[in-house]
Amino acid sequence: MADSIEQQVINIVAKKRKLDPATVTLDSTFEQLGIDSLDAADLLFTFEDTFGIVVPDDAAQSMKSVRHVVDGVRQLVAQRAGA
Amino acid sequence: MRRVAVTGLGTVSALGVGTRPFWDRLIAGTSGIRRITRFDATGYAAQAAAEVPDFNPSAEEIDDTLRDAVDRFTQFALVAACEAWRESGIQLDDNLAGRAGVILSSAMGGVVSQDDAYVRLYGHKNVRLHPFTVPRVMNNAAASHVSMRLGLRGPTLSTATACAAAAHAIGEASEMIRAGRADVMIAGGADAPIAPGVVRSWEALRVLAPIADDPACTCRPFSRDRSGMVLGEGAGVVVLESWEHASQRGAQILAEVAGYGATADAGHLTQPGVDAPARAIATALAQAQLPADAIGYVNAHGTATRLNDSTETTILKRAFGAHAAALAISSTKAMHGHAMGASAGLEFVATVLALRHGVLPPTINYSEPDPECDLDYVPNTARDAAIGAAISNSFAFGGLNAVLAVKRA
Repeated sequence: MADSIEQQVINIVAKKRKLDPATVTLDSTFEQLGIDSLDAADLLFTFEDTFGIVVPDDAAQSMKSVRHVVDGVRQLVAQRAGA
Repeated sequence: MRRVAVTGLGTVSALGVGTRPFWDRLIAGTSGIRRITRFDATGYAAQAAAEVPDFNPSAEEIDDTLRDAVDRFTQFALVAACEAWRESGIQLDDNLAGRAGVILSSAMGGVVSQDDAYVRLYGHKNVRLHPFTVPRVMNNAAASHVSMRLGLRGPTLSTATACAAAAHAIGEASEMIRAGRADVMIAGGADAPIAPGVVRSWEALRVLAPIADDPACTCRPFSRDRSGMVLGEGAGVVVLESWEHASQRGAQILAEVAGYGATADAGHLTQPGVDAPARAIATALAQAQLPADAIGYVNAHGTATRLNDSTETTILKRAFGAHAAALAISSTKAMHGHAMGASAGLEFVATVLALRHGVLPPTINYSEPDPECDLDYVPNTARDAAIGAAISNSFAFGGLNAVLAVKRA
């Protein structure tokens, strides 16, 4: 069962790449989705705005798949909530 | 020495999107200058501008993804370059792609995007700027996107010489073709400076005209009652080609870039000189092997500031001697505004079409002769004149002058 963060990330990625959200899964990699480095910077900017987080550069570097993003965003949202 | 043919024209301006409306309105004497709509200019000293109306490129020209990734000036450049490229009819193959390049100027770069980013940063105290800010703002964005769109892989760069930038672009691109470094070049310029920060900056120089009761009459080059320049936006882009290449493929040659003169005043930053611009004209004529009296039309820099227009008159007298009185001179800026790095591109297109159609676009809003501007400025109404050669003048802030000599094909 997809939680809200997962579904929102998938929707954002799908919209950016003009894909049907149903075709984007947790295991989709940026490479498979045709997301280059400039697209990734644009997506991170949207994730930061959407979830009210700041993704540090080292965390951003490791986000190469939808799962990485969802895990990373979930962690940053939890940190923000705990702060 | 190789000759340089013009085989395609593309424009986006306050007179419309495309070269057809541009030319029709130029010879009709219709101004594209209106009250500023891109932001609320209430309280501004300058409330008129030559904005591009109804700029809605199709998804085929600029899709949603690209629209997000580029500034307005690059969108203008893409639309104008594609128009010029279509007209040229060039079919690119791998060999030609490496011999085809781009020189596109912008005086200001992506200032609309920069203005937006700075509002966010300084106004809203939001330290996170959009990751596309740099790719949108960079001055070479237009040149790069045009090269990518059309697959041109030869020498590609941008010039940033203020109000003369597109003339330098067309001139230097011609020199590349003459020197054999390229066979085809896209050249011209694009700018989109109608943003609050830019208009306020120009206001500070006290050279912008206050809006007239009829905004279309705000810019009045060479007229005694002229009161300053009006900012504009758009793109003027042409396809240049070695004469041989164009002839061999049976292309329609629209005109010849016969000469190019570039000089620097090495004097004052904003006050135009006389010697160096006159020398730029002489250099262009010498390269074109045209005697002064072969020139029938001058598309003037003609900004409608007090100083520019009187100085340009002196420059023309210096360069042409007795023939100055016989020259037909017009400033089309009264209609398309001063579109910064795009201006000389628009004016070059106007010059090519004047030669081609034998019609000279007028200097509109000319109401009163000025003793300091006592030549023939083709006042208010277009004039039929079969001419063989013309020049287009561009004299930039920073004392950088570029003159293009054009022959009828």
